[in-house]
Amino acid sequence: MLQYGMARRRLLQAGICLCGCLAAGTAAAVSAGLVEVAPGVLVRRGPDEEASAANANGIANIGCIIGDDAVLVTDPGGSLADGQWLRAEIRRHTDRPIRHVVMSHVHPDHCFGAGAFLQDVPEILGHYRLGAALAARGEYYQRQLADLLGDAAAGLVVPPTLAVGEEETVLDLGNRRIRLVAYATAHSDCDLVMLDETSGLLFPADLLFVGRAPSLDGSLSGWLAALDRLRATGAMRAVPGHGPAIVELDRAIGPLAHYLTILRDETRAALAAGRTMEEAISTVAMTERDHWALFDDYHGRNVTQAYKELEWE
Amino acid sequence: MGMNQNRRVVCAGLVLAPLLAIASPVLAAGGTDSEREERWQDLRQSIFGERPVEDGAGLITLEAPARALDAALVPLTIRIAPEHRDRIAAVHLVIDDNPSPYAAKASFGPAGDPAVLRLRVRIDGYTNVHAVAETKDGQLHGTVAFVKASGGCSAPIGVSDEVAMQGMGEMKLRPAGPDTQGEATLLIRHPNFSGMQMNQLTRTYTPARYLDLVRISQGGQTVLELAGDISLSSDPAIGFAYRPGEADAFTVLATDSDGASWQESFPIPAHTQ
Repeated sequence: MLQYGMARRRLLQAGICLCGCLAAGTAAAVSAGLVEVAPGVLVRRGPDEEASAANANGIANIGCIIGDDAVLVTDPGGSLADGQWLRAEIRRHTDRPIRHVVMSHVHPDHCFGAGAFLQDVPEILGHYRLGAALAARGEYYQRQLADLLGDAAAGLVVPPTLAVGEEETVLDLGNRRIRLVAYATAHSDCDLVMLDETSGLLFPADLLFVGRAPSLDGSLSGWLAALDRLRATGAMRAVPGHGPAIVELDRAIGPLAHYLTILRDETRAALAAGRTMEEAISTVAMTERDHWALFDDYHGRNVTQAYKELEWE
Repeated sequence: MGMNQNRRVVCAGLVLAPLLAIASPVLAAGGTDSEREERWQDLRQSIFGERPVEDGAGLITLEAPARALDAALVPLTIRIAPEHRDRIAAVHLVIDDNPSPYAAKASFGPAGDPAVLRLRVRIDGYTNVHAVAETKDGQLHGTVAFVKASGGCSAPIGVSDEVAMQGMGEMKLRPAGPDTQGEATLLIRHPNFSGMQMNQLTRTYTPARYLDLVRISQGGQTVLELAGDISLSSDPAIGFAYRPGEADAFTVLATDSDGASWQESFPIPAHTQ
């Protein structure tokens, strides 16, 4: 949630009007098009940027999986404008019906594009806690996004229509089975993980950040456990929530596990030494600084979250 | 923030403890220096009446981040210079542009030491934050820091209200490190609902419910009495200093705006020298 506030502040500092005059034309500024990372799997690589009027909050990796009968959207995008862009791109590749829209978790860069697909009347899938999370935060996110992009481009909160539980949900897109499962609190409290059986590609969404600073909004210990669970799926390749469109799963998990482990261990050490939160923010895991894009935008907040979680241990 | 929230703010203001009830209109975050000064003069008048707030340079300092990393949890540190500590009765914290600006008042008892006070607060917009030391004879000495933040008071706590209320009133005392004698941090589990957060089930705003008083004492002598408000972050943390005494335990009494109360005792961290 921080990213929107920060981007907005920068714009305000630059004296740019945020009163809606930027709403038009933002979709055109969204980065590169869809890349086919496996047969029938299209991904837009989100740029390693903060949300801005220029990128219409199109910063996450989003795309679709195409079966013989139907299309599934793997995160609809970061705003209505971003979702509209995605829908238009999908339609350039296929005219099969868009029957499923998956919202991987509550963060707006992943789910605010859902409104662009309502015309397709799809099933909208999310973690069983996503509905509650969107009800609690949706309006707050919507307001921040509207401040940044204008009301028209921001879009509205779209609730999921089908809750995915801890037992797998299986969809069939036509000779293409998709397995979805709800994870325990990790990156957020509503992370959904999806596997495309045909390509073997895993979609861990924001449980996997590659090269771009992760943001911790759930549980540090939970996230480390979730990384073990991702490894245990045995999937070879994955589409991360941020970073390259496709990665080797095991190699990509390594740096993230390293960052989170250092964050945990050094925050614990800071607590044991009686250091204050401010001291922890300026010292913990700074050796990681050169390894992640947007580190300064997210790391201090991650330490704050880690400190708050671990100080009760 | 939107008009809806401004209305909420007015509602929240009505239920605050008399000490903290300030009916000043809420200005939009932002504004010129002169508007900020006018705002502060209004607040000063509401809180302190006709008493002037002198420049506290050399007496009081306020450490705050220029830009909040997390607007719902902004760590602040207030320090009193050694030569003035014996004169100080209380410290007031005012977040000028917050919906309920008077964030906290810490009163120091005979076992207290005003050397340092650490709080974590919500900050709703770009605002001045004032820390004002009050001497035992009623003089006021202030300092100010400007903080850039956005939406800290309405930011969702991140879990459901029910989860946020689990363990409400649990406490923990963390001693400071070996280099820092006579300081500790008290942690209290409490959502400190601001009245501006949306309840996910009812789609209505969760009513304000916040810690309004925390009293820390040792051997019957007060160390610190903190009057709090919705500007304190959820799961409030209070970093404080104390004077070594005869007693071997702190007693903590916490009450909230719904009339609930909790009491705990903690061994006083041993001084190694």
